[in-house]
Amino acid sequence: MKGSVAVVGGGIAGIQAALDLADSGFKTYLIESRPSIGGTMSQLDKTFPTNDCAMCILSPKLVETGRHPNIELLSYSDVKSITGKAGDFKVKVVKKARYVDETKCTGCGTCTEKCPTKVLDEYNAGMSKRKAIYIPFAQAIPRVATIDASKCMYLTKGKCGVCKKVCGPKAVDYEQKDKEIELDVGSVVLATGFKPFDPSVLKQYRFDHPDVITSLQFERLLSASGPTQGHVTKQSDGKVPKKIAFIQCVGSRNPRINRKHCSSVCCMYATKESIIAKEHDSDLDITIFHIDIRAFGKNFEEFYNRAQKEYGIKYINSRPPEVIVDAKNALSLKYEDFNAGELKTENFDMVVLSIGLDPSDSTRALAGSSGIALDNFGNIATNMGSPVETSVPGIYVCGAAQGPKDIPDTVAQASAAAAKAAALLSAERGTLIKERKFPDEKILSPEPRIGVFICHCGINIGSVVNVPNVVEYAKTLPNVAHAQEMLYACSSDSQVTIKDAIAKNNLNRVVVASCTPRTHEPLFQNTCREAGLNPYLFELANIREHCSWVHMKEKEKATEKAKGVVQMAVAKSALFQPLYKQKVSLINSAVVLGGGVAGMTAALDIANNGYRVTLVEKETELGGMLKEMTELYDGKKPADVLKELIQKVNENKNIVVVNEAKLIKVEGYLGNFKGIIQANGKEMPVDFGAAVVATGARNFEPAGLFNYGKDSRVVTQAQLEKMLGNSISAKTITMVQCVGARNKEREYCGRTCCIDAVKNAVRIKKANSNANVYVLYRDMRTYGVMERLYENARDLGIIFIKYDAEKPPAVQDGAVTVHDSMLNEDIEIASDLVVLSTPLVAGENEEINQLFKIPLDKNKFFLEAHPKLRPVDFATDGVFLCGSAQAPKLLDEAISQASAAASRACTILSRKFIETEGAVSVVNEAKCIGCGTCVTVCPYNAPSLQDVTVKAEEVTYTAKKSRINPAACKGCGSCAAACPAGAITAQHFSSKEIGEAINAFNKGVKSISIEQKTGTVEVIV
Amino acid sequence: MSAEAAPAKTDGWEPKIVAFCCNWCSYGGADSAGMGRFQQPPTARIIRVMCSGRIDPLHVFNAFLEGADAVLVTGCHIGDCHYVNGNDKTKIKYKFLENVVRELGLEKERLQLNWISASEGEKFANFIRDVTAQIKKLGPSPLKPGGVS
Ligand code: FES
Repeated sequence: MKGSVAVVGGGIAGIQAALDLADSGFKTYLIESRPSIGGTMSQLDKTFPTNDCAMCILSPKLVETGRHPNIELLSYSDVKSITGKAGDFKVKVVKKARYVDETKCTGCGTCTEKCPTKVLDEYNAGMSKRKAIYIPFAQAIPRVATIDASKCMYLTKGKCGVCKKVCGPKAVDYEQKDKEIELDVGSVVLATGFKPFDPSVLKQYRFDHPDVITSLQFERLLSASGPTQGHVTKQSDGKVPKKIAFIQCVGSRNPRINRKHCSSVCCMYATKESIIAKEHDSDLDITIFHIDIRAFGKNFEEFYNRAQKEYGIKYINSRPPEVIVDAKNALSLKYEDFNAGELKTENFDMVVLSIGLDPSDSTRALAGSSGIALDNFGNIATNMGSPVETSVPGIYVCGAAQGPKDIPDTVAQASAAAAKAAALLSAERGTLIKERKFPDEKILSPEPRIGVFICHCGINIGSVVNVPNVVEYAKTLPNVAHAQEMLYACSSDSQVTIKDAIAKNNLNRVVVASCTPRTHEPLFQNTCREAGLNPYLFELANIREHCSWVHMKEKEKATEKAKGVVQMAVAKSALFQPLYKQKVSLINSAVVLGGGVAGMTAALDIANNGYRVTLVEKETELGGMLKEMTELYDGKKPADVLKELIQKVNENKNIVVVNEAKLIKVEGYLGNFKGIIQANGKEMPVDFGAAVVATGARNFEPAGLFNYGKDSRVVTQAQLEKMLGNSISAKTITMVQCVGARNKEREYCGRTCCIDAVKNAVRIKKANSNANVYVLYRDMRTYGVMERLYENARDLGIIFIKYDAEKPPAVQDGAVTVHDSMLNEDIEIASDLVVLSTPLVAGENEEINQLFKIPLDKNKFFLEAHPKLRPVDFATDGVFLCGSAQAPKLLDEAISQASAAASRACTILSRKFIETEGAVSVVNEAKCIGCGTCVTVCPYNAPSLQDVTVKAEEVTYTAKKSRINPAACKGCGSCAAACPAGAITAQHFSSKEIGEAINAFNKGVKSISIEQKTGTVEVIV
Repeated sequence: MSAEAAPAKTDGWEPKIVAFCCNWCSYGGADSAGMGRFQQPPTARIIRVMCSGRIDPLHVFNAFLEGADAVLVTGCHIGDCHYVNGNDKTKIKYKFLENVVRELGLEKERLQLNWISASEGEKFANFIRDVTAQIKKLGPSPLKPGGVS
């Protein structure tokens, strides 16, 4: 058995899996076939539904991966085969010749500049040119050049050789050969991603026309780092388009070309791209042609509604239109408008094809050579109950390689795969890892020398704030020794630039003006540390979230504000002093709240990683909502799945289950929580280092809707699910979708309701082919591989009738009347049974949110730390989230999330110690009057009064003085604000530091130093 | 928004606002405002503290003395404080602050307290917009060093 893992594929899935594994004590090889890690996400401009800048959230992860002492990056490398068995695999890797020595290349870019050969740039989806020797994009990791051997003049014709001549560190090596290496690893995680569908095979879309482009190309057009710096222009003539059409489902939901799956993400990315395009140019006219709009994820429906209401984006329900090119080469679309029921033709300047996600060729090849089973779609096959386990034990899968999915689901699955691999190898944890080494901290010169780095963030800041102007201003500020602008301050090359600037200018304080410290502070602190500066000598000035993004129309004022914000940060940073964290021990066990499938899976994965778990369930038995189900989407029996899971939980020596129980009290923090569990009227203490919240959700009761509760023929989908455990006698069954969902009161989509309805419709029809089953729907949201259920249902003769939200169906004495929005006529269905599909709603989350101080969203589900890249984390360290408590989800998704939460918890539980807060409060004993206010104020018992011997001139006496235990202090600063004698300093947020910032706020006006305070202001607490 | 129509004497004049925000909630709310592109007047300067409990009344006075036309004290909703009960203490201190501000002869709109969670971006933006409109009506703070300009 080996304490190492090979992760194949360096997109966001592979990156997340590698980081989790490396953080949990495993040596990790990350193998990527392209020259840089980052995958498709690196090409995206923004991410839905928050329109976060994709590179801005990805880049810190790229940097972290590149820096991690336990991740060995094998970029530009292909995996040839995997042999062996769980615990002992041999992975054959071909390191492709880069013709550049990775160890010598500094990524300076001189070779690229001088190279005379231009080739199409795949990073910009073929819409611009790059050089034959190149670094794929600014934030690339590793930041080394690669020669495109098929295009390089020297390698093809023996001419040129310029790059070798200009390369300072002599890194170019034309003699380099492909190298085969073999890795010994205990486990393998496949994260090989997808291949964007190639639309040229579908002639009706006229992809040969320059103004018919793919959604990925459009994404690049929107991006500041794209071929047109973020200006959407037509490829044909460079002019700005006025009318743009998106065609959905290109290469998805198309049985004729054997692509039957739904790609899951296209509806949302088309919506996102439309919104961003409108933000760039509000006069744009955008129409999205779609079959169904599948806005099924958390906040997706809200996003879709905003697109229509706030941005005026038009959605037309039709089959994918045909693209017509006339004699003048102008574009138009021919389509049948389902709602109007007529054939129409409309002119457009540009057509965007929303291309689907296809299984990648390399996935297929690798699966073939290594004996890993594929499913009918060509994805790596898994089961509903074990969504990351491949057919080969010890080899796990995550991300789009397992089926099309969006970024948060991918990230969750990646962590899940990491949890499984770590559990398999838990006996070998920590055997092959290294500690991170930093250079010694340099001795600070007495006067501050501040470096200011101002970020354009592509165009996120630069298009509103005049960055060069702010740089010039920064140079005039006191103590600023260096100021410069950066395209992306968070990219890896910028880290090098910052470090170089620190060394060259002997900087001892650093200010970066970019985005929020809540996400990016650790990255820059690390950079400072690598340059020999204490991380607390760093300050972020937020000129994106707090400036350019909220003053988009007031460029000059935004620039002035940015200057002010920088000025305040500079003033404050001048007073910064080095601070140090302390190491404290931690409790290597966890608490999991909720004994449904998610909770049990999380508990098992943590237990299998070697840590003790207390599983707290409020009911008398385990099982949660799965107990209510009678069949799974793959036809399996939930009872079997449950039985196996419960048995595993009960047999696991590391798990203690407490039924009919509740966690009623929690104190402490990451690594050292102390809680009280109430069970059977008794209270028992529980100590733990991390917690997982898996408390699920509940079904919405449609009281009063459609005669529910009054007419026994009207039931909910959940009730039907139970009824189908036995046979039912009803002959005509009508299902109504979106009951209590997608409306004013509950804006969100229930995600699982369409799939549940279709599944049950099929069950009824299979049991009795004479039964008439109708499904009345608004959009059929059988996303991803679940599309096959929908197809199956239609084949079986189940009738789907689309209705409009404005004209909802009505139920009267078993008769359902509905306006069929496609046929534009009223239909009456005499039904024996009316089934209402209702969404899941949040459970009693308020109690837990108070316990751990974790936030809820507006629908009272838990709010994760970041909707894209931290889907199972909370902003509060040490507490994690999974299952329907976060938002409604399918069984396999809940299981993936549960394993993910376990993996994240294990990154903490596997530590030997926890580092405490560095910015803690300290007492100046000379000023302390021993009043004890701080002792009463502190919620962590950090300050205590001690007897201290005081020598004053000739007298010696004993006095009470406060002392603060730095290991217990969390750095909130409440004591400093309360101390009547001004004896306490909240380091890093001291009154002096805050006072300097306030003073800088109104520079030019006489400053009133906070030090002049007399201590007579009384603060009552 | 209608409140933005300010009286003539302050035409073109923009108030200067100091907003104390706690790292875990209201600062996050300001971030969310950015992520949601909720537009707001560029009048506020945020001072980040870890918890609203860190806000010393002296910081607030200092801000007024340095020319702030309004000072905003913000934090997590009661019960949500990342440090158990920092905002409860803020509430108490705020009562005291309100009194002093009144004694100083400042209008009550110049000092405001608001609990804003990390997800309430729109609320944050609306808060800044509303306060700006209110202060525009009042004009510059009488405590402005050098008097009202
Ligand atoms: S952390 Fe927000 S008020 Fe205490």
